[in-house]
Amino acid sequence: MDMHNLIHMANQIGSFYEAMPDQEEALLGISGHLHNFWEPRMRKQLLEYVDAEAGKELKPIVLSAIRAHRNQLSPRP
Amino acid sequence: MFEQLNEKDFGTPKRNSEQEVTLEIDGMHVTVAAGTSIMRAAAESGVNIPKLCATDSLEPFGSCRLCLVEIEGRKGYPASCTTPAETGMKVRTQSPKLQSLRKGVMELYLSDHPLDCLTCAANGNCELQDMAGVTGLREVRYGYDGENHLHSKKDESNPYFTYDPSKCIVCNRCVRACEETQGTFALTISGRGFDSRVSAGQDQPFMESECVSCGACVQACPTATLQEKSVIAIGQAEHSIETTCAYCGVGCGFNAEMKGNQVVRMVPSKNGRANEGHSCVKGRFAWGYATHQDRILKPMIRGKFTDPWREVSWAEALDYAASEFKRIQNKYGRDSIGGIVSSRCTNEEGYLVQKLVRTAFGNNNVDTCARVCHSPTGYGLKQTLGESAGTQTFKSVEHSDVILVIGANPTDAHPVFASRMKKRLRAGARLIVIDPRKTELVSSPHIKAAFHLPLKPGTNVAMLSALAHVIVTEGLLANDFIASRCEDTAFRAWRDFVALPENSPEAMQDITGVSAELVRGAARLYATGGNAAIYYGLGVTEHAQGSTAVMGIANLAMATGNIGREGVGVNPLRGQNNVQGSCDIGSFPHELPGYRHVSDSTTRHLFEQAWGVEIQAEPGLRIPNMFDAALDGSFKGMYCQGEDLVQSDPNTQHVTAALAAMECIVVQDIFMNETAMYAHVFLPGSSFLEKDGTFTNAERRISRVRKVMPPKAGYADWEVTIQLAQRLGYEMNYQHPSEIMDEIARLTPTFHGVSYQKIDALGSIQWPCNDDAPEGTPTMHVDEFVRGKGRFIITKYVATDEKITRKFPLILTTGRILSQYNVGVQTRRTENVQWHEQDLLEIHPHDAEERGIQDGGWVSIQSRAGETVLRAKVSERMQPGVVYTTFHFPESGANVITTENSDWATNCPEYKVTAVQVMPVSEPSAWQKTHTRFSKAQQALLAQAKLV
Ligand code: SF4
Ligand code: SF4
Ligand code: SF4
Ligand code: FES
Repeated sequence: MDMHNLIHMANQIGSFYEAMPDQEEALLGISGHLHNFWEPRMRKQLLEYVDAEAGKELKPIVLSAIRAHRNQLSPRP
Repeated sequence: MFEQLNEKDFGTPKRNSEQEVTLEIDGMHVTVAAGTSIMRAAAESGVNIPKLCATDSLEPFGSCRLCLVEIEGRKGYPASCTTPAETGMKVRTQSPKLQSLRKGVMELYLSDHPLDCLTCAANGNCELQDMAGVTGLREVRYGYDGENHLHSKKDESNPYFTYDPSKCIVCNRCVRACEETQGTFALTISGRGFDSRVSAGQDQPFMESECVSCGACVQACPTATLQEKSVIAIGQAEHSIETTCAYCGVGCGFNAEMKGNQVVRMVPSKNGRANEGHSCVKGRFAWGYATHQDRILKPMIRGKFTDPWREVSWAEALDYAASEFKRIQNKYGRDSIGGIVSSRCTNEEGYLVQKLVRTAFGNNNVDTCARVCHSPTGYGLKQTLGESAGTQTFKSVEHSDVILVIGANPTDAHPVFASRMKKRLRAGARLIVIDPRKTELVSSPHIKAAFHLPLKPGTNVAMLSALAHVIVTEGLLANDFIASRCEDTAFRAWRDFVALPENSPEAMQDITGVSAELVRGAARLYATGGNAAIYYGLGVTEHAQGSTAVMGIANLAMATGNIGREGVGVNPLRGQNNVQGSCDIGSFPHELPGYRHVSDSTTRHLFEQAWGVEIQAEPGLRIPNMFDAALDGSFKGMYCQGEDLVQSDPNTQHVTAALAAMECIVVQDIFMNETAMYAHVFLPGSSFLEKDGTFTNAERRISRVRKVMPPKAGYADWEVTIQLAQRLGYEMNYQHPSEIMDEIARLTPTFHGVSYQKIDALGSIQWPCNDDAPEGTPTMHVDEFVRGKGRFIITKYVATDEKITRKFPLILTTGRILSQYNVGVQTRRTENVQWHEQDLLEIHPHDAEERGIQDGGWVSIQSRAGETVLRAKVSERMQPGVVYTTFHFPESGANVITTENSDWATNCPEYKVTAVQVMPVSEPSAWQKTHTRFSKAQQALLAQAKLV
């Protein structure tokens, strides 16, 4: 899928959770949202992007969330 | 359910009082609520006092003097409609004297009334005729030689009803209906004495007056003076069936008055709890589309969307669809196909489509058109309050002291609710409107908003934070409510956040464009003005921060304790008739029925056992994701029931490219819509008149839809889904939609108590309906929130990426108007086009002048997504810098301009904010020319099918 669009969507999610005072909660919020609402092929592509290009266009908070909760985000086989 | 053709008329409205009075009427003891008229008290005990100017939907007026009675110990003959019943009264409704007085009244009426009863359209349904009979009038002594109105000219300007002044008895019912019921104030009695006549506007034809054709006056008229043209053409109905309007989320109850299988007229039902006997022009009059000649009644197939259609049998069409879906899954994998649930079809039909996707397709790729309107409501309210639904009944507005309307234009989009709201506003409730446009509500007859905050599009969240800031920093919080009902930590974090100086109205002023003083005033009124209710619409949800704004609204309600009783609450005004229902029954790709996530193994196992299949634990694709996946080649097939993706989804060219890339699109619809032009299989749909089922309105009210005629193409939509599932190897056994509802009820805790039998008994049911609430739940979150404690959520304003630039210096926002419905597939095929023949671009005089744009001239509207051309309407309703259009006609291409920018949480498109440039032009846009060519070509391919 259009990577640019996926990055944009992930960063929008990041912007929402950025306002939370508790960083832990914010990271969980982001990964939880991706897990609950993103279809596996979208998550797979996002993870590939993080691996291949170090997620360079992702907001730091999104990248941290993905790194912290990677297991949760990997599509089930 | 067959209903009496005419519902009983008690003469005056019901009074709600805890106090009772007992009186004697014709020797009978009668007990009624204090304030009840003698007329109603009599009617409730079976005594019908003659009447003409009284009807139970309107306050009594006391003009005809037909309802006179005798009261022991009182002089004269008081009118029973205007005299309240009192304890100890002894009333006589019949006596020789009364009879002679009434006869005299009737005689006067009839001396100026044509006696053409036998050929009159109201024959058999005329109160004047009935009263002549009741009073025993046998002759009219005055004759027609004197002055009379028998030759007055008929006004036939309205496409749906006529006004024949010669039959008018000047009872004033129509005038009062227009004022009290509808709130438009279009009618007056002009002239005095003998010259007095009903007149629309300034003595204008109805169509030229401010009349909105709701029909309330027609319904109230006791004679044939105001009469439906359909009744004039067809004659009076012979039976009537109760059903529910299939247009908007108000969900008005109607009696379909029938002659055999033909609809004679639709009359709003007094038993309809959403509408209490009122309706709008769409529900009452615009049902002609259901039998329009454009209906496609034979299944059709074709190999490519550029091939001619071929009419085939149902069996062949369904076999072909099933074999294509199987072929695609074999080639591209299980997840390469999906389905779309319609928010216009019934709950039962929606349930079957999502069940088909989850069982026969074996994936979760199911979504619904609610995606593009109220998905943020579901998300935002679930996060904060615990349930994805509005909190009140419509009736609750009668108990509101302050009404805050944000991002909604109920007068046009939810007309019957607007009428109910206006009634309350005229009675003294105060109004706050937050909307970029000066909507009709801001200042309408006898209503003036206490505050109108004309914010810039895309700044709702900034505005909600500023309102919250005032409430927190000025000590207006409902501390006790918060302490007992809400999560403490979350509340503190939210309170500290909104109290930050950057959230003050002064700091937000530049962002929202609204003066801090106005915002402070509105916040104070909302927090301290008594029962305060928030009503919101797509102007809240269809934004990049749509879900955030919904949470912001819930925060405000919790912060001020305005939740959990009548008169308050958070009320989403839903667009389509069954948006609420389609969401409830599991049509989102991440949720099973009852809003339970697919990763929740307990719920999944429940459904797996019931359905006998394994259900995927991962969410499926949402509609916009489906398009993206189609373009990257991983999504190839779609079963689309009752939804026009091409016209309703943003960035049309992106959508059509995606559809063109797919291998099998099955469209089930009543018309060849824009999406069907890209389809490979067309399955004829059935209208709401042709099937049984239920719709769930914006108040969570489940109402019955009843079949009044057989399906024109042979099957109701639910029957087609069953057959498709069977061909895909999955058996569904239902003989009637009631059995589908039984299954939903069995598997969904909030529906456990719902059944057709119970709906029939109660009239309608607001879910949750289960052991805890056997008759349903009018008000939610009464003692505790559905999630336990209410959760405040921090809602930081993030400016949308759709920003104005030098190239695109204006903001385009979109909306709808009263006479047309959404993409207009239905209403465009009715006389409603007389009110709205085309979509226009509204632009402020300043912006128009700067660009040399004339009112009525052609203008191009260009965004980064595309360009289209419309006629301009120069209007002070707009603020400078903002332009507005509706999206009812495909050739307008409003969605050619909207972008794929969407809500962060739900991907609900940001229809309400698009940066554009507007310029005068002389010809249609390139897209429009291509569209015209393509539509013509598709029409030709369709015509070939008919020839085969
Ligand atoms: S149709 Fe409705 S708006 Fe028009 S005059 Fe009658 S009551 Fe008023
Ligand atoms: S038009 Fe009908 S309702 Fe209105 S005043 Fe005349 S008779 Fe009464
Ligand atoms: S308000 Fe809505 S539900 Fe009621 S009649 Fe009009 S369109 Fe139908
Ligand atoms: S019905 Fe009472 S005065 Fe007309």
